[in-house]
Amino acid sequence: MSLLELRKLNKHFGGLHVTNSVDLTLQPGEIHCLIGPNGAGKSTLFRLILGEHHPGSGEILFAGENITSLKSFARIHRGLSVKFQVPGVFKGLSVRQNLEIALQSRHRGAELEAEIDRLLAFLGLGSEQAQTAGNLSHGQKQWLEIGMAISLKPRLLLLDEPTAGMSPEETHLTGEMVQRLNAEGMTVLAIEHDMTFVRQVAQRVTVLHLGQVFAQGSIDEIVADERVAAIYLGQAHA
Amino acid sequence: MTALVSLFRRLEGPQTVGRGPVFWGLFAIVLAVGIAYPLFSDGYTVGNTVYFFVWVFIALSLCLIWGYGGSLSFGQTAFFGIAGYGYGVLTLNFGSAYGFTLIAFVAAIVIAALFAVLLGYFMFFGRIAGVFLGIVTLAVTLMLERFMAQTAGPEWHIGSARLNGFNGMSAMPPLTIPWPGEPIVLFADVGLYYFVLGLLVFVYLALRILMNSSFGNVIVAIRENPERAEMLGYDIRKYQLITFVIGAALAGISGVLYTAWGQYITPSSMGMTAAALPLIWVAVGGRSDLTSTVVGTLVVLAAFQALTIYGSQYALVFMGVLLVLTVLIAPNGLVLGAMNWLGKLAARLTQRAG
Ligand SMILES: Nc1ncnc2c1ncn2[C@@H]1O[C@H](COP(=O)(O)OP(=O)(O)OP(=O)(O)O)[C@@H](O)[C@H]1O
Ligand SMILES: [Mg+2]
Repeated sequence: MSLLELRKLNKHFGGLHVTNSVDLTLQPGEIHCLIGPNGAGKSTLFRLILGEHHPGSGEILFAGENITSLKSFARIHRGLSVKFQVPGVFKGLSVRQNLEIALQSRHRGAELEAEIDRLLAFLGLGSEQAQTAGNLSHGQKQWLEIGMAISLKPRLLLLDEPTAGMSPEETHLTGEMVQRLNAEGMTVLAIEHDMTFVRQVAQRVTVLHLGQVFAQGSIDEIVADERVAAIYLGQAHA
Repeated sequence: MTALVSLFRRLEGPQTVGRGPVFWGLFAIVLAVGIAYPLFSDGYTVGNTVYFFVWVFIALSLCLIWGYGGSLSFGQTAFFGIAGYGYGVLTLNFGSAYGFTLIAFVAAIVIAALFAVLLGYFMFFGRIAGVFLGIVTLAVTLMLERFMAQTAGPEWHIGSARLNGFNGMSAMPPLTIPWPGEPIVLFADVGLYYFVLGLLVFVYLALRILMNSSFGNVIVAIRENPERAEMLGYDIRKYQLITFVIGAALAGISGVLYTAWGQYITPSSMGMTAAALPLIWVAVGGRSDLTSTVVGTLVVLAAFQALTIYGSQYALVFMGVLLVLTVLIAPNGLVLGAMNWLGKLAARLTQRAG
């Protein structure tokens, strides 16, 4: 059974058809990258999956269950989790407290503290734990939020531009992080503009353009696709 | 037993300023002075001091909802008034025998809390937030004020309790504790002082524990970033509603105590000025910290009263200046700013010594 299935999903913002009859299926265990020019509707698709926006028509199935009308927090309980495009950390709180808030619903007491330490080590944020999250670099904020998102041990992790603002080395580290999570059984759907990252992690790639699924395949197939190159070039010329 | 230990451990934490032996030593000294104070003073002055303490609960309610929760409620006075009137209506109807005033005390707070459940449900589940929440809550308290102000006619009564319009209700019995032999009547002097002081210490410590618990974590998380909090699986509207209801109950405590203290309550207690004052105390003290709120409220109230002797216009100017100074010097609150500064100083000194 597929883990996530989007069926003929439609969303309008006024006259803008931002999600146009999107069909997308994710198999459990895969790392799937969602690419496409700016404004293609990638983040909007995430918000539909998360229940922050509601589709005009279409269905969202998660592990076989129709979750189209579930509230956001209930979808999280089913096993979805997200890192937003603009890092959504708790700016005024310490790094450690950020992770505590994410982990406290699954762990308590000494076990909670140990889990926070383990996650800090995984993220490489051990020496930043007392820092106020708002003072972190952009890349560190990304990692912190990824840490919060994986605290919930989700079945499907949604990452919206996880490497934005990162150096090539940091991007590579993030790719390794994602691969380790995937090896532990986590399915990942990542929006990314950085093609090096996509090449590093993606097992399958979907191209979104003007709200529609434009192409789908392996990274090599996508890179070889002249139509895909054209939409990116078209944007560059615009 | 272990549950109790972990409960007390929550007295300290990232959500409350003040920790360690120095802080709790100071706390003990202040408490001891508070307990000994009536021995060195007269009943009238002590009764006056109770009046200050009475307001701390509504300030704490705002600290909780606004400072920790990030929702600015402009209408905590609505719950103050509902509980105050509730106490009046109940005790004027059923009297003070058999400890009924204590039942009325609790019942009036429960009524205010139930009202908050209704109002809060519509606001939070109707996704009213930010400045609109302030507007709605302010509108509610002003509406209640207007409504009570027009209840002068004899047709406005609940049981034998006349509502009395603009003049308000009066002559309700003070809090009375049943006691073998003779009941203890808590008039506005030493008796009421210890009752309110005890309640204040209990509420303060309980709120410290609550805010440093996982519940408190979620509350500040919602303040920092509601979307992120929901995407960690928290039903944020439920948490906001619970916080709002606890806040209403705290404002209700102030309302009942105020009514029992002065044996009167008027519609103006829900008016514009009454609604604005707690905001100033809390903003000046430090809205995001319980201790700063308590200290700030007491200091500002005392200063306000001291200045009123020279004329209330000076006192109001003083309040305005204080608010401007706060916004300019320490936007998070003067007391909180000072406490953080002292904390850093102490840390530097111990570092140098060590
Ligand atoms: N809440 C909204 N109301 C109206 N229009 C919106 C809203 N959110 C997004 N849009 C519009 O929908 C389109 C798609 O936006 P979206 O954020 O999904 O794009 P994206 O593919 O994530 O782009 P990027 O790569 O720049 O992040 C854009 O034209 C955007 O302006
Ligand atoms: Mg986007």
